[in-house]
Amino acid sequence: MQYIRPTDGGRRSRLAFGFLSILIVFAALSAPVVAQDVVADTPADTTAVSHVPAPATSVVVDDYKYDFGDRLNLSWVPSIDDQIGERMVLGYIVYRSINGGEFKPLESLLPGASSFEDKDLHADSSYVYYVAAFSETDTVPSIHTQAHQPEREFIHFDLLWLFVIAALISFSVIYFIWMARAGKDLFVRKIAGLDAVDDAIGRATEMGRPILFIPGIQDMDDVQTIAGLTILGRVAKQIADYDTRIRMPVSRSLVMTAARETIKAAYQIAGRPDAYSDDMVNYVTDEQFGYVAAVDGIMVRERPATIFLLGAFFAESLILAETGNSVGAIQIAGTARPAQLPFFIAACDFTLIGEELFAASAYLSGEPKQLGSLKGQDVGKGIAMAVILIGVISVTLGKAFDIEIFNWIADALSTVFSKAGGS
Amino acid sequence: MKRQVPLLITFFVGTLLIVSIFSPATENLGEEFSVFFDVIAVFAFFLGGGNLLRVHLTKISRKREDWVYSVVTLVGFIVMLWAGLFKIGNEGGIAASVTEESSLFGMVFYSVLIPLQSTMYSLLAFFIASASYRAFRAKNREATILLVAAFIILLGRTAFGTMLTSWMPPSLSLAEIPNLAIWIMNSPNLAGQRAIMIGIGLGVVSMSLRIILGVERTYLGDDGK
Repeated sequence: MQYIRPTDGGRRSRLAFGFLSILIVFAALSAPVVAQDVVADTPADTTAVSHVPAPATSVVVDDYKYDFGDRLNLSWVPSIDDQIGERMVLGYIVYRSINGGEFKPLESLLPGASSFEDKDLHADSSYVYYVAAFSETDTVPSIHTQAHQPEREFIHFDLLWLFVIAALISFSVIYFIWMARAGKDLFVRKIAGLDAVDDAIGRATEMGRPILFIPGIQDMDDVQTIAGLTILGRVAKQIADYDTRIRMPVSRSLVMTAARETIKAAYQIAGRPDAYSDDMVNYVTDEQFGYVAAVDGIMVRERPATIFLLGAFFAESLILAETGNSVGAIQIAGTARPAQLPFFIAACDFTLIGEELFAASAYLSGEPKQLGSLKGQDVGKGIAMAVILIGVISVTLGKAFDIEIFNWIADALSTVFSKAGGS
Repeated sequence: MKRQVPLLITFFVGTLLIVSIFSPATENLGEEFSVFFDVIAVFAFFLGGGNLLRVHLTKISRKREDWVYSVVTLVGFIVMLWAGLFKIGNEGGIAASVTEESSLFGMVFYSVLIPLQSTMYSLLAFFIASASYRAFRAKNREATILLVAAFIILLGRTAFGTMLTSWMPPSLSLAEIPNLAIWIMNSPNLAGQRAIMIGIGLGVVSMSLRIILGVERTYLGDDGK
């Protein structure tokens, strides 16, 4: 058997093998670490290279409920890159095609947007939309929606309860006007402020001083100004009867013309058209505090015996009422702005609170048919009181004892009145 | 006829605007009618300006008492009209905005009118003090309740009010003055305001129906009898 002696070359080979083995072991030990670094770096590298965001999804177009075929609602789920990660989406562009025509950009929206209301559409056209999410470098469109034609609705069924409540109150007003016309005697409670009108005008007559009538600072499109002018008609007739002077500075031109007509007609009815003069009513300025300065000046210089403040008032209410108080005038005020009522109550002799301002003309007329409308108004108040009482009891008992029927009543009332309020 | 035509117009427009609320086909009618109102109001503005000129010119020419104030009024009116119409001092010329601060109109508006308006408004602080003094005199039971409520609210809105009851245990937190003030504002005060608002709503409905149905005609200069 031949013994083969290891040669130097074989020794070197073994050494090389051993060295290689050690290298391989080192490589094997270090390989996972390197691999981990590579895995960890890969997504970051990909992001750095590409800025293409994911598109918006689930793009749906719906008809707008209760419109005249002129609106559509578009909704979508925002791009996933708008919700997580680096939020690379900078916004969305809504594109629209009309009757199969070319898509045109319609609106640019901020990131996070998920709906859009398209207005001023035509019911006889069809519309297709898509939403493009855009980043710094790329714009990615969503899929197109189905073609959609807006539908026309003729009745706003969401306002059904408002209609029912309004109809109930209106019919009760009309019913009591009709009853009063038929000769039924109706009781209307006394309103102290209106009972004092006679005395206030009489006082001015005795003192030989003018009566100042301020109809607020709003125009003829405000119901409080109209209420003020309807009272002016009654007051002016008495002023004409008593042969007293009236001064009426106004802050709106239309109020000036309407007030002149009202006073003129009142003087004619009183049989004293010759005593009427256009100078009774004069325009001052539309500026709120310019008007206040002018009226305060008139109060201080002319020292009216009686001041009527009836209409829409804002920050000027107390300035006017306190100046009137300081010149010793008897003051009858009325407004439907709850924030101004405390000022009038503090500074005036009589205050018509809210609804009394609107009832004043009917009350002063003393006509049965006008008083009938006040009775109808009381029915509305009765309904409001009953509903409030039932609601309070239902919520209290329902929550305290978890009684199903009371919870149901509370929910039903909440639904009816939130719908009636248009919400 | 002079009364019947306006009554018919009022009935027709009033009814139409009520119906328009309940139909999407006519829901913008109210806004469109308000444009008509604006157009009419623009023309009426000339009447107002004309009236202002006439009243004050008459006063000056007849040298009535305090006619000097009328001179100030007319000078202010004419200067502002001239500056606004011809854009005097506007850097952008006649096409620029009338409210540019560099213009004469803007200068007078911002340097004279606004400070004067602020001065008038600031008078309110003094009038509130004098009115409060009268209102809060405890002459009867109601006035006493008003005084106590006002005192709690005034105190509750100050640091001193907070400090006064800060020693109270958490179980009595409702009795702390700031919390009492909040309760007065949110419960009795708000309930009262809502009651007034309901009354106002019903009053508006009732008066609107009287006008639409022609029962109330005073605004036309007719007492309906």
